[in-house]
Amino acid sequence: MTLAVETYPTLREAAQALGDRARYLGGGTLLMRAVNYGDQSFDRIVRSREVDRTVRSEGQGIRIGAGATMADVLASRDLIALHSVARIVGGPAVRNMATVGGNLFAASPYGDFATALLALDATVQMADGQNLPMESFLSGRARMRGIVASVTVPRVGEGEFRFAKVSRIKPKGVSMMSLAAVLPGVGSGRLGDVRIAFGTMGPTPLRAKAAEQALRGRGLTDAEIEPALKVCCDGLQPADDELATEWYRREVAPVHLKRLLLGGRR
Amino acid sequence: MARTPLTFTLNDAETGVFVVPGSNLLDVLRRGAGDLTPKQGCAQGTCGSCTVLIDGVPHLSCLTLAETVEGRRIDTTGGLAGGPDLHPLQQAVMEGFAAQCGFCTAGMLMAAKALLDRTPNPTRDEVIEAISGNLCRCTGYEPIVDAILTASARMQGRTA
Repeated sequence: MTLAVETYPTLREAAQALGDRARYLGGGTLLMRAVNYGDQSFDRIVRSREVDRTVRSEGQGIRIGAGATMADVLASRDLIALHSVARIVGGPAVRNMATVGGNLFAASPYGDFATALLALDATVQMADGQNLPMESFLSGRARMRGIVASVTVPRVGEGEFRFAKVSRIKPKGVSMMSLAAVLPGVGSGRLGDVRIAFGTMGPTPLRAKAAEQALRGRGLTDAEIEPALKVCCDGLQPADDELATEWYRREVAPVHLKRLLLGGRR
Repeated sequence: MARTPLTFTLNDAETGVFVVPGSNLLDVLRRGAGDLTPKQGCAQGTCGSCTVLIDGVPHLSCLTLAETVEGRRIDTTGGLAGGPDLHPLQQAVMEGFAAQCGFCTAGMLMAAKALLDRTPNPTRDEVIEAISGNLCRCTGYEPIVDAILTASARMQGRTA
């Protein structure tokens, strides 16, 4: 395979250079694997010298540069809520390389960070200035030709964000399933607008909207979450793959959601 | 095929090579710069045997696009020993039978070096976390963890 590597001074110029046979290089953990294994679907690697690894507070949220690595996330006090997510990505060397921007494009079974961002209702800023809510970004991802510049994550109250990764190999396997939940009002006993996202339960991270609806106004008790558990797979599209069958994923999703919602009380 | 010039510092030596566009750093280190210490295990980021330090931070060289290291500092196991004197990590690995087939060792050593550079007195759990991205199919890891703790103690002038 003959590859060309093109380096541009800015993200905007790199975005303009993208085409059908081009891929943008983020941290390289997914793209270089494709190169090493002879992926023939692209022959140009596009890079930018403009790599934004900053994390900063901005209004109601925290803005993360797309070039921030998982290690950068773990080094940021502003992102303590997301530490549990960044920590389960790869091993230490992968976390020094893998970027937040790249994770948004990671196909199942990767993309646990994107699953968390979907539950958190983050906003994606593209290099061309366009802003997209995570959900529309993910649903249009397959057809997208653009580069992510940054992601803005709304602040959440203490204990309102929960995340779990389920893998077959402990502690460092890839996700058989990942779950993220934002539970506003969890301290008061009456939940507000809950958001729940599942990773590796479809081609992109997906929301469990029926379960979100069923939890609204309820508390976190066995009886009150039961209706949500029953419908938690509605709208998900789990696949049969080497990690698990679709049947198994549907069977265990409510179990893992229950554990996530009830915390230590199983 | 057009080749791209690339310069970097490899274990204190200024190094210049010509690379085929799209090459990974591991290939460039082994075939271009002749440093055969980093190994290719999986070429997909699972095994850690290609771990090198880029500006002091562990990276998987098989997943690093060579062009991205222009002007940066690369450290490999090839630069650990000072002449005939082994690095304390190498010495401890040898004495503690922490290498059997040896394939993971170069990656383990670099992951451990990055840890000790940052945390000279790591706990056992910190050592386990630091090498958690490096697979070893021979030793069961315990001798490796022990060796890293032994090296840490010796470098601090303690006995393990």
